[in-house]
Amino acid sequence: MDSLAAQLQMQYRNYILSLYQQGFLDDQFTELKSLQDDGSPDFVAEVLSLFFDDCVKLVGNMARALDQTGTVDFSQVGASVHQLKDSSSSVGAKRVKGLCITFKELCEAKNYEGCVRCLQQVDIEYKTLKAKLLDMFMFEKQIVQAGGIIPQVDIN
Amino acid sequence: MARDGGVSCLRSSETMRVGIGGMESPPLDLDDVHVLAVDDSLVDRIVIERLLRITSCKVTAVDSGWRALEFLGLDNEKASAELDRLKVDLIITDYCMPGMTGYELLKKIKESSSFRQVPVVIMSSENVLTRIDRCLEEGAEDFLLKPVKLADVKRLRSSLTRDVKLSNANKRKLPEDSVPVNTSLPPPPSPFTISPDSSDSSPPSTISPESSDSSPPLSPVEIFSSPLSSLLDDEDDDVLPSSPESSPAPEESPVRRQKMGSPGLD
Repeated sequence: MDSLAAQLQMQYRNYILSLYQQGFLDDQFTELKSLQDDGSPDFVAEVLSLFFDDCVKLVGNMARALDQTGTVDFSQVGASVHQLKDSSSSVGAKRVKGLCITFKELCEAKNYEGCVRCLQQVDIEYKTLKAKLLDMFMFEKQIVQAGGIIPQVDIN
Repeated sequence: MARDGGVSCLRSSETMRVGIGGMESPPLDLDDVHVLAVDDSLVDRIVIERLLRITSCKVTAVDSGWRALEFLGLDNEKASAELDRLKVDLIITDYCMPGMTGYELLKKIKESSSFRQVPVVIMSSENVLTRIDRCLEEGAEDFLLKPVKLADVKRLRSSLTRDVKLSNANKRKLPEDSVPVNTSLPPPPSPFTISPDSSDSSPPSTISPESSDSSPPLSPVEIFSSPLSSLLDDEDDDVLPSSPESSPAPEESPVRRQKMGSPGLD
């Protein structure tokens, strides 16, 4: 049993490190993790869950705003992009945030095709992140069930 | 928690001076700092609330400037007399909010006789010096760059308990580095093809229902996935993740069926 937990812990560490190395997460995510403790063991999961709710809602808003036959209200698109940029920044979703920064500029430039392409990327990106974080939580669950504790991963 | 954007915390008059059974109000101590947090983003509200709670503050979180004014009794309808016991020690507000900006809220608070002494801190994701200056000139105690960190809140907290006029201390938060504008697209994500659900590996047999001592109603995985069940498989596939590689190709990480939920684009 011990070796299973240890093996999972090592895999978990590597997995977390890879998420940072590939730019999915930044140190705001580390900050969020540090706010979690035994008294609030699900804090990170809760925040992320709300974040992904936000993604669904805001991507929907952007899509609808871009889907207007006739003139597109880029400021409306931009408002949703701004909100998503803020949310992603708050949870450490680095790639999503980066895309939002680009997206915002495209809105300001009223670049329709650029916006449409960027929206598709945002859609892919947040879903990718969600899958990765779900895996992370699964790892944690398995470590605990194998009798181990979830390691603190030092990303520096 | 103020999930619905409404007021989530009892007013001081209700918590401190309950006359039932001769209950006495607790002595004023460090834990009695009450902060009103204002942010239209739910994610940010939850985070700031957590940061404040960790630093032993009582928190009321609202989702707009109007709700904040309503809570403070500064909206036109409420008489302020009934709220003379409302105790707010700090107001922390987002700058960019629809309807009333944090700056406008700041002005209204500073115009009121009952609350103008309350320190107001502005948060913003944008590092714009003119904005910072304008807020400080209008009487903001501090300006925090988002995302707000625990260190920022701790600093605020210790300023509150120290009986020192904040105007003598650091007023302006000078970020070490300005927010870079990313003018180029980030590297595209690894091709993430949508594969059919191929979770055929059996779940580990040791999985048991939640049995931790401080068992929350839902496990982190369940909390995480449940509101978004439309994007995920409905079945609870407990797939053992394969050993992660540095470049996780879809075949090597557990596959989730992802409906590219049509945002109206093809």
